[in-house]
Amino acid sequence: MKELLARLCETFGPSGREEKVRELIKNEIEGHVDEVKIDVMGNLIAKKGKGGKKIMVAAHMDEIGVAVSHIDEKGFIRFGPVGGVFPTIPLGERVEFEGGAKGVVSIEKLYKEKDLALEKMFIDIGASSKEEAEKMVKIGEIGCFTRNAEDLGKRFVAKALDDRVGCLVLIEAIKRTRELPNEVYFVFTTQEEVGLRGARTSAFGVSPDLALAVDVTGTGDTPEGMKMAVELGKGAAIKVKDRGMIVDKRIKDKLIDLAEKNNIPYQLEVLEFGSTDGAVIQLTKEGVITGAISIPARYIHTPSEMCDMDDVEACVKLLCAFLEAEHTL
Amino acid sequence: MLDKLVNAFGPSGNENEVRELIKKEIEPYVDKIEVDAMGNLYAIKGENPEILVCAHMDEVGFMVVEINEDGTLKFLPVGGIDIRTVLGKRVKVGRNKIPGVIGSKAVHLLKPEEEKALPQWENLYMDCGFTKKDEAQKEISPGDYAVFDTEYTENGEYLIGKAFDDRIGCYITLELAKKNFPFPIAFVFTVQEEVGLRGASVVGNKLPVKIGLILEATAAGDFPQEKDLGRFPAPGKGPVITRLDKRCICDKELVDLLISIAEENGIPYQIKKPTVGGTDAGKIHLSREGVRCAVISVPARYIHSPVSVIHKKDVENTMKLAAKFLERTGGSR
Repeated sequence: MKELLARLCETFGPSGREEKVRELIKNEIEGHVDEVKIDVMGNLIAKKGKGGKKIMVAAHMDEIGVAVSHIDEKGFIRFGPVGGVFPTIPLGERVEFEGGAKGVVSIEKLYKEKDLALEKMFIDIGASSKEEAEKMVKIGEIGCFTRNAEDLGKRFVAKALDDRVGCLVLIEAIKRTRELPNEVYFVFTTQEEVGLRGARTSAFGVSPDLALAVDVTGTGDTPEGMKMAVELGKGAAIKVKDRGMIVDKRIKDKLIDLAEKNNIPYQLEVLEFGSTDGAVIQLTKEGVITGAISIPARYIHTPSEMCDMDDVEACVKLLCAFLEAEHTL
Repeated sequence: MLDKLVNAFGPSGNENEVRELIKKEIEPYVDKIEVDAMGNLYAIKGENPEILVCAHMDEVGFMVVEINEDGTLKFLPVGGIDIRTVLGKRVKVGRNKIPGVIGSKAVHLLKPEEEKALPQWENLYMDCGFTKKDEAQKEISPGDYAVFDTEYTENGEYLIGKAFDDRIGCYITLELAKKNFPFPIAFVFTVQEEVGLRGASVVGNKLPVKIGLILEATAAGDFPQEKDLGRFPAPGKGPVITRLDKRCICDKELVDLLISIAEENGIPYQIKKPTVGGTDAGKIHLSREGVRCAVISVPARYIHSPVSVIHKKDVENTMKLAAKFLERTGGSR
């Protein structure tokens, strides 16, 4: 799993530019699913199984990034955020653009730390003039942070674990399950980081009876960290509530029941900030019974997000159990 | 027609006058006209169009919230207005478009601390010359709308008026409807864009199209700056193409198509500053299973204020670019 996870995370895929991630996933799952299609928003929709309930499982392919807003006289790039880029993160990081240009993020001279803001930052792509830079990037071109994945044994560090690890969980579930007794749509969504956009149109198209979002969630186990019960290494997180969704109690209870019956370690997640594709899937058409399985992760939206491979395994098992179960909801 | 459109009274939620104007003008050129529950106007050529062109009819304005004992009117903005631009301006208020003034203390009466402070909406009032509450009540009710009282005028290549955001989009859409395309097209005029893209939220449900072209006005900001941080588009330098804004990452192929059309035909163009702002595309591209969207804007100085300025050439070039875009998409069939 780690080898595939590293490839997934290292692939270029900011919101709206998920093509390379989609291609990788498509190649991985080919032969393991009954049908594959790509919709207008670029979502990859793979169907497997028949009978039972129509279930949509969503994990997003995109990661946060930047967009070129200006090239100055000396060839420095000013940029805006694509998704939630906190101003404490980009300094000293490396960036890669759609067209292949690479660069380093730095900042104007700061007088006070509280003045830290993206507007004061720039990207140096190694150009020495505006003319040179204009040959390398275009205004509006999208880029993302780059960083190699690191295998720390039980734990794993990479950029874009949010939500390539969710994609991995879906891919593993596709590969490990045989015939599914439900009509399952594995949806690898686009543009989650800019407002859950791909999930909205794909859920409309699939029109499921039940849905699960598979995404990362924060943890409360770091020094002076968030007030949150979820810890790394303590199992799959079954979502109860976040900013955008209160999970249907029936689906939460079903997940808990399946985890206990199958001896899958789990923990309950109440996330104060943040949300997942589940929030818009739940509100599709006349409403969809929706839940979420979360992979606990530290340092989310930095180029060094960390997860625990045992948690990943637990999430895969829990997802497989859910898809193989009979549902009466 | 443009002067009629921009002079018309049409704040968000009260677009009737603009809608009637457009309806009358467009009727001879289309096969079907419909108005939905929100008030969006659909003018459709042919059967089952797979492409739509869209502009919003509403403008920023005001709403009366209370009539004071002295006959002046308490009011609030409808849509995003910089409060500094409203002081001492003329407005038209209510169903009878009563002339009014947004009261501003004479400089002689200002206290030193007032000179520096930003005004607050709750301290502003409209003065329509009423002297008592019951006098005002005969003409005005809470909930009545008001808009800036600005007459359209021209100065050489520059067009001057209120509400170019987005009556210029309406104008271009109207003109496009007069041309002949060999495929069905829907021309859509939306309501309540300025209060959150509300009209556009239902457009994609009404019309299951594959492609949407949104015509807008975007803030021009070609002012001198101290820092080399990039300028907003400049009037006269061509239509503005959006790659991504805060509400929509435009369809990459359609954006590339717009750029290649502009380059092949010698149409000047500008790229909109990315990741900020939003248009009706924000809602339309997420309709149903998704609609591929592109946005072209006319750069306009001083939008969301009593008066804005656009350049004639940008209007012509936007029309040219939009028409060629429609031809090249072939109605998406």
